[in-house]
Amino acid sequence: MIRSPAMHERTPHSIDENDLHALVDRQLPPARAQGLRDRLDAADARRLAQWEAQRTSLRGLHAGMEEEPLPEPLRTTATRLQALQDRQTRIWHLGGMAASVLLAFALGWTLHGQWHPPPPAMAASVANAQRFAQQAAVAHAVYQPEQRHPVEVAAAQQEHLVQWLSKRLGRPLTLPVLTPQGFELVGGRLLPGESGARAQFMYQNPAGQRITLYLGALDGADAVAGTAFHLHTSGPVPAFYWLDEGFGYALSGPLERNALLALATAVHQQL
Amino acid sequence: MDPHRIIDHVPALRRYARLLTGDAWAADDLVQDTLERACRKWLLWRSGSNLRAWLFTLMHHLYLNQRRGAPPLQTVDIDTLHEGLPAPAQDTDGALDIERCLLRLPAEQRVVLLLVALEDMAYADAARVLQIPVGTVMSRLSRARARLRELMEPMQAPAQHPALRRLK
Repeated sequence: MIRSPAMHERTPHSIDENDLHALVDRQLPPARAQGLRDRLDAADARRLAQWEAQRTSLRGLHAGMEEEPLPEPLRTTATRLQALQDRQTRIWHLGGMAASVLLAFALGWTLHGQWHPPPPAMAASVANAQRFAQQAAVAHAVYQPEQRHPVEVAAAQQEHLVQWLSKRLGRPLTLPVLTPQGFELVGGRLLPGESGARAQFMYQNPAGQRITLYLGALDGADAVAGTAFHLHTSGPVPAFYWLDEGFGYALSGPLERNALLALATAVHQQL
Repeated sequence: MDPHRIIDHVPALRRYARLLTGDAWAADDLVQDTLERACRKWLLWRSGSNLRAWLFTLMHHLYLNQRRGAPPLQTVDIDTLHEGLPAPAQDTDGALDIERCLLRLPAEQRVVLLLVALEDMAYADAARVLQIPVGTVMSRLSRARARLRELMEPMQAPAQHPALRRLK
């Protein structure tokens, strides 16, 4: 009788390599771990022993650092972060989600001012940021009604879109996903801004409502550290805008304040 | 340790960064940048959510960005280095070996191995921190362990046959 190779391979010993990892990494319930140990063949057992040895050595490396006193700058920054978090925690416990987010933004701004006196460049940057938000809202109003050419590159070519705009804006961009909020990407386009290229990403929900994310380098955005959301209402549509690491971002759309804020928060989290 | 206190997470972050970067100064810079970024992004942190995972996520982003901008790390062939070094005590030798081998792993494998084996992160949590599918975590973990074993092998061999080495 000829034994088929397939039958031969399927020995009762063959165990999934992922299970072996999970065993080393203590990620299996005890009963399953024991069941697995009972089924190991010699080769598995050897591999398990090697991985266990690696794990033990790794865990011994610089173990003393956990007990060392922290360098002063780290301690200071950690303490500052703790103060911010504590405030946030208290606010979250106070009440409704949207309300507390708004409050938190306001507080964040105030606190920021207390710790670092605003540099002289700040007033100018605030004006820049407001202008940026206005440009975003206008760009929204211009392209939003377009039926045939709302975007230059459609969502179908998402990879190309991201590469192209990252190159033109001089920084790797991330396309935020707003599907959980009911908005699908339509696509994007390149636009001229005050000091260089800007990008606009358009999203649409099943009801046909469109929102746009407008972004680009912004003079003075570095001077205003801190991330506060601001609502810009004097444009054709409302826009929430914020600054982050030299870039301005604005999310515009004909939505009510809380809905737009929730979307802006989702965007900000993903950038 | 209180998982809600930032300061209690810092020692682990430092140690992880130390093993990630292979350099004490670079590690503390990375932790400092992470905490500063967290200060700028603190509004994103939701009370009650996983503070530790968030800090590791921020650190991972910064580490990737640094690597993108920086020239590749100068590497010295491990065998050359090993030959040229005075023989330290046995324990330290073993520790140095694995630390050097760890640094020779591709960064994406090292990160996974450290999060899982050092930080005891569940595979799904590591996947979230690194923003990759769990399947990718598993395949990188597998490659990391196999590679680390290959790298460690020639170093362990001389210990078994010391005479051959010394008489050369």
